[in-house]
Amino acid sequence: MELKYEVSGGDFTKAGYASSAVKKVLKKLSVDPKIIKRIVVALYEGEVNVVAHAYKGTISVDISPERIFIRIEDEGPGIPDIDLAMTVGYSTASPAVREMGFGAGMGLPNMKKNADELNVSSKVGQGTTVELITNLN
Amino acid sequence: MKVSDIIEKLDLKVYSGKESLDTEVTGGYTSDLLSDVMGNVDEGQVWITLQTHKNIMAVASLKDVAAIVVVKGFQPDEATLAQSNEEGIPVLGTDMEAFEVSGRLYELLKA
Repeated sequence: MELKYEVSGGDFTKAGYASSAVKKVLKKLSVDPKIIKRIVVALYEGEVNVVAHAYKGTISVDISPERIFIRIEDEGPGIPDIDLAMTVGYSTASPAVREMGFGAGMGLPNMKKNADELNVSSKVGQGTTVELITNLN
Repeated sequence: MKVSDIIEKLDLKVYSGKESLDTEVTGGYTSDLLSDVMGNVDEGQVWITLQTHKNIMAVASLKDVAAIVVVKGFQPDEATLAQSNEEGIPVLGTDMEAFEVSGRLYELLKA
């Protein structure tokens, strides 16, 4: 099963929409609630990253009996130093975004903690692709 | 202890989600950083925060919290309340600061 969602950069009113939709689908498929929780945390962080940093993005979720594969692809400024971006507490978020309680430098680390595999690739000036893989067995 | 018991004992205001006050409360979490809450709050806990914008409902709903308590008399946004009613997760309020309401909730749940 494949699901697809569009995410608009800067539009915080809709942040979490895709995560919520995916949560509902996984619940219907009777995926283990503990696994759903991990996926939802990781996906929400990814969704917020697109809203906070990119111009627009696409989330695709591929569900098979063995694993859930999520790809978050954005058009945006890209990440010059991925290792630095993975550091807890490091953030490039704007003051306005931080005031809302985002931008604490916990997004990518939270994603890593809550996925079995996290792949981040990025081209500066073009965009970032994040893959989250969660094994179901 | 249910959300309704906490409302009564801590004299909290109910802004929204009036139909959903029967949820059992398993604990609490106090933080204003959404990623921190996303990563650490557990299902059934009460989330204490000073944030009032709509995104707190996304976090609350994704993590199945029992209720949100907005501190220091801050007024939640209209969009927050609309989503709260839709999701069935109450937004409560108090004039207390986070420190005080957290401490009092801790004492209540410990008893």
